[in-house]
Amino acid sequence: MLNDKIALVTGATRGIGRAIALELGRQGATVIGTATSEDGAGKISAYLTESGVKGRGIVLNVTDAAQTDAVLADIAKELGAITILVNNAGITRDNLAMRMGDDEWDAVIDTNLKAVFRLSRGVMRGMMKARFGRIVNISSVVGYSGNPGQANYCAAKAGVAGLSRSLARELGSRNITVNCVAPGFIATDMTHALTEEQKAAMLASIPLGRAGTPEDVAGAVGFLVSPAASYVTGTTVHVNGGMFMD
Amino acid sequence: MDNIVERVKKIVAEQLGVNEADIKNESSFVDDLGADSLDTVELVMALEEEFECEIPDDQAEKITTVQQAVDYILANKK
Repeated sequence: MLNDKIALVTGATRGIGRAIALELGRQGATVIGTATSEDGAGKISAYLTESGVKGRGIVLNVTDAAQTDAVLADIAKELGAITILVNNAGITRDNLAMRMGDDEWDAVIDTNLKAVFRLSRGVMRGMMKARFGRIVNISSVVGYSGNPGQANYCAAKAGVAGLSRSLARELGSRNITVNCVAPGFIATDMTHALTEEQKAAMLASIPLGRAGTPEDVAGAVGFLVSPAASYVTGTTVHVNGGMFMD
Repeated sequence: MDNIVERVKKIVAEQLGVNEADIKNESSFVDDLGADSLDTVELVMALEEEFECEIPDDQAEKITTVQQAVDYILANKK
């Protein structure tokens, strides 16, 4: 279904990004996954190859503007226009707002919000010319519900939702859709860092009674980039087991 | 010169989906040819490709008619 499409997935080494890369590959796309280290890029190349997916891992620090431009130019030259972009890379620097330093705030906003804008801007030209584009931004349930200790993360994720809606309006006439997928409590390295107490409290608030899997999130991304979702833009698909309903 | 005018008109026709015969040198992309803001950005992108040049944003803003595009290309041609 996505044959001949070039997809870029940021933060694809493990967890949700990995599951998304594999899902897009399963649908036939050529997948370029980004990692912050050579080691990570190697892992991406390895699992893509193992699954029979065209594509590879590359090193990209999404907060590095010059490197981002260079990487996008290289991919365009080698493979053609990127017409599927999944902004998944994200970090946390949790702290109570009273104690949160500017550095913690800036690091999260730079990676989770500014880089999403920069990468989206970087692929627009190719998508406009192709008269086809799918941008899926991975936000988070806490961008909608709020979460103590995550003022920076929640602000960035809510920002991504606003960014997505604006881009959806700007680019809709060129058959480019822009949507968010908002994961809830997903079993990944990021949520592994929570205490047992925090995890128990989370599970108690989830109607489906379990943590989500990276594949649960990848399924929603797979839908949004597929022809089945060609009339869906500017919205958020919540994948959270019902812990938050809007 | 005439060649450049023709090339610009051809690109404008393609980008804006208008008939080449309806495009005059003084035609305004927005007011006469129905372009929206995204169309004008795309038009500048297409001109950059056709004439192998880079048009800075502050200059691009001033290109609102066929003639202004032609003038810019003539002035900045390598």
